Amino acid sequence: MKNTLIPIIGLEVHIELATKTKLFCTCSADHFSKKPNTQVCPICMGLPGALPYTNYEAVISTIKFGLAMGSTINLFSKFDRKHYFYPDLPKSYQISQYDLPFCVGGNFAGKRIRRVHLEEDTGKLVHETIDGVKSSLIDFNRSSVPLMEMVTEPDFHDIESIISFLKDVQLIVRYLGISNADMEKGSMRLEANISLANSEQVIANKLPNYRVELKNINSFKFLEKAASVEIKRQTEALEKGEELVQETRGYNEVKQSTFSQRSKADAHDYRYFPEADLPPIELSELIIKNLQLTIPELPEQKRVRFEKEYELSKDFANILVSDLDRANYFEEALRQAQSKFGQGATLSARTIADLMINRKLDQEFPEPAGLVKKIIELTSVAYSSNEEVENAVKSVLIENEKAVSDYQTGNGNVIGFLIGMTQKKLQGKGNPQIVREKLLEGIQK
Amino acid sequence: MKIPLTIKETQDGLIKKEFSAVQLVDAYLERIKKYNEEYNIFLTTSDEIAYSKAKKFNDLDQYTEEFFKENPLAGVVVGYKDIFLTKGIRTTAGSKVLESYIPPYSATSVSRIENAGAIPIGKLNCDAWAHGSSGENSDFGPTKNPWNKEYVPGGSSSGSGAALAANMSLITTGTDTCGSIRLPANYCFSVAIKPTYGAVSRYGVIAMASSLDTVGPIGRTVEDVETVFNVIKGEDGYDGTVVNSKFEIRNSKLRVGIPKEFFTEGIDPEVEKTITLGIEVLKKEGIEFKEVALPSTKYAIDVYYVIQPAEVSSNLGRFDGIRYGNGRDSFGDEAKRRIMLGTYVLSAGYYDAYYLKAMKVRSKIISEVDKVFDEVDALIAPVAPTPPFKLGDKVSDPLTMYLTDVYAATANLCGIPSLALPSGFSKQGLPLGFQLMGSRFSEPALFELGKLYHKAIDYVPKVAF
Repeated sequence: MKNTLIPIIGLEVHIELATKTKLFCTCSADHFSKKPNTQVCPICMGLPGALPYTNYEAVISTIKFGLAMGSTINLFSKFDRKHYFYPDLPKSYQISQYDLPFCVGGNFAGKRIRRVHLEEDTGKLVHETIDGVKSSLIDFNRSSVPLMEMVTEPDFHDIESIISFLKDVQLIVRYLGISNADMEKGSMRLEANISLANSEQVIANKLPNYRVELKNINSFKFLEKAASVEIKRQTEALEKGEELVQETRGYNEVKQSTFSQRSKADAHDYRYFPEADLPPIELSELIIKNLQLTIPELPEQKRVRFEKEYELSKDFANILVSDLDRANYFEEALRQAQSKFGQGATLSARTIADLMINRKLDQEFPEPAGLVKKIIELTSVAYSSNEEVENAVKSVLIENEKAVSDYQTGNGNVIGFLIGMTQKKLQGKGNPQIVREKLLEGIQK
Repeated sequence: MKIPLTIKETQDGLIKKEFSAVQLVDAYLERIKKYNEEYNIFLTTSDEIAYSKAKKFNDLDQYTEEFFKENPLAGVVVGYKDIFLTKGIRTTAGSKVLESYIPPYSATSVSRIENAGAIPIGKLNCDAWAHGSSGENSDFGPTKNPWNKEYVPGGSSSGSGAALAANMSLITTGTDTCGSIRLPANYCFSVAIKPTYGAVSRYGVIAMASSLDTVGPIGRTVEDVETVFNVIKGEDGYDGTVVNSKFEIRNSKLRVGIPKEFFTEGIDPEVEKTITLGIEVLKKEGIEFKEVALPSTKYAIDVYYVIQPAEVSSNLGRFDGIRYGNGRDSFGDEAKRRIMLGTYVLSAGYYDAYYLKAMKVRSKIISEVDKVFDEVDALIAPVAPTPPFKLGDKVSDPLTMYLTDVYAATANLCGIPSLALPSGFSKQGLPLGFQLMGSRFSEPALFELGKLYHKAIDYVPKVAF
């Protein structure tokens, strides 16, 4: 029997935080498609004498994310220097976290989290031909923008579960309001560590003795292609009895294959050591408790609540929750509709969800008020006309003299009975509010 | 004109209209022009900036005591060690790598000194990247000691000490990573404070070893040094390690410890004698002395020579040949030596044996020193084992050179302040002195002790010529 090979995949997810200013200086952190080198200062350019100064907003964002991942928050953590040479790294080291990250452990969407730490982003190389000369230019706008890195345990065995996990992470980050986590804009980046385990290793719960780091994954499509090509490459090699080695590989989109970038022997020695320019960060249980309180309702909680509170189907709830703006739009439209219609909230909730999802009316009306107006228009057509209501009310009042006199002697409850009788005559098409009004008018005459 | 030797004399002279700020600048620049070629003290003078600042302060009618309260350094001519960034004025760190570097911003300490009214006269020679104890590692040639030009002025802030002895500046700034402020002060008959780590911002001062670097003033009296210290201390929002502390004197009756480990072998008899005399003087003034033990400080210099190169190798990485004009081949031998040593001790497989172990011993030294400060308010110690040595004497033997700082390392490793005080001259006519270390943020107690001592010995500021 052929030995079954199971992919063992762990992820390193980088998320650029949407703080107002950079991690260690007061330059704007919003760098996407800005004119090169317009958001720079001595600190993020690593000039002689410049020192980093911690932006605690980024620290708080990281801790909030860790709490949402179920991580333990280190009460004592610090920054470290990670050394390597590259022209876009102006200090020759990146300020990162090594042995004491802000968040350790955790579990999210059924996958174990190893750690979440905070570091600074690098600048960017831009390759251009200037006056006929091929040139490499450096843009430091991105230099020192806060970058949060989450490392998972190797708990993934197929690409679909990676994509669904990443989408969940993306969503939670947006709910926390700490980043847009947009892969296309580079505010969410991914590295996958891929190896294949044979059945013996799976049974013994042992990891393969190599792993391949797949770098610079910048879209879900790219991830799907690159990872499946790499899994295929490893499967074929192992089936041929070849030995695989620890290395870093990139993906060539044209050739649709991965290629070796760096072997273990050339692995960097990053010479990590504590960043003395920044004091260690000490937190108290109380601070963490308070941060926990600032965490908003997260997607999973909202999904459950939408199903329960508004009696939405699982599908409807899922669709709305998967976009925080839409979920908020829905609840705001509902609130406004309820204040207009009074009763019948359940009906309105489903109607609103339906109009949003199936008729995309939320796209047509950017403001919830517009949608509500539209609902009134749409639903009023379905209601019986005022004349029909008046006629029905008239006959109900005549046919139910006893109920009318009961109401007049103070038994207010009978109004419900009279509404029911009127609706029966109207085959349920009466606008409840108008039916009620007309009945009361009639009784008082 | 006769150049005044203290801030008080300078400001009194301005009040009495004995001279103007411009005349002061004239007098200093004249001396610099006359003697700098011989002594190699200034790397750059900022004549134009000095005159424009002096002209702003040239209206003699504005000088009142009130004015000097608001502008405590008005009329004070200052020279900066060339490792302090000065916007628009070349800053070399004493290295060919930065031979033509003109920084786009100024250090916090520079801005504060100038906002207090000081007049910047120029940039002072130093060992390249502040690596050295004699000034001989400057890529622009050694500075000579104005008290005897055969001798070193002490380093690495060599020009900062020498400028005071040569009367080329009223105050100077220095950096002290392992004695680099205290040693030149000691070898040039000046007063200097190496502040508590975290008392004065390092922003805009080219880093040597980030966990050890401190920024401080050198002057001719304790009062002058205290004045400048008060101008530059405190948070600036740029150096995250700086905290605003209360700087209190803890006890009304000050006690001083004599660490017995600092007075064993290797100490020059004249250095030892000047300290013994100092102790006698202070005892007469009512200061209590007691012997204390700091057994782990004997490892201080070893620990220092692991941690410091590690941090140096990291901090010098940014001079990568892409920016700042010159490439890494422009580094001198000493910088290369430290880059290699530091890279080695941080490498995978060696980190635990060297860097981590050194950090552990550092913690041990800190806890020992902390404990001693439960018993005493200050510690008295030599600044260096010997009086100034001759130029060239230790150049070929880096290890012997490193041992010059054997008494300096403790204050840097522990982040505690230390005041270097001149006490007299050797038989050869070379300056002698000692240092008083205190607990973190105890600078005021050290200043009190320093003033008490100088008053008792009728100290008067002196220049070599």
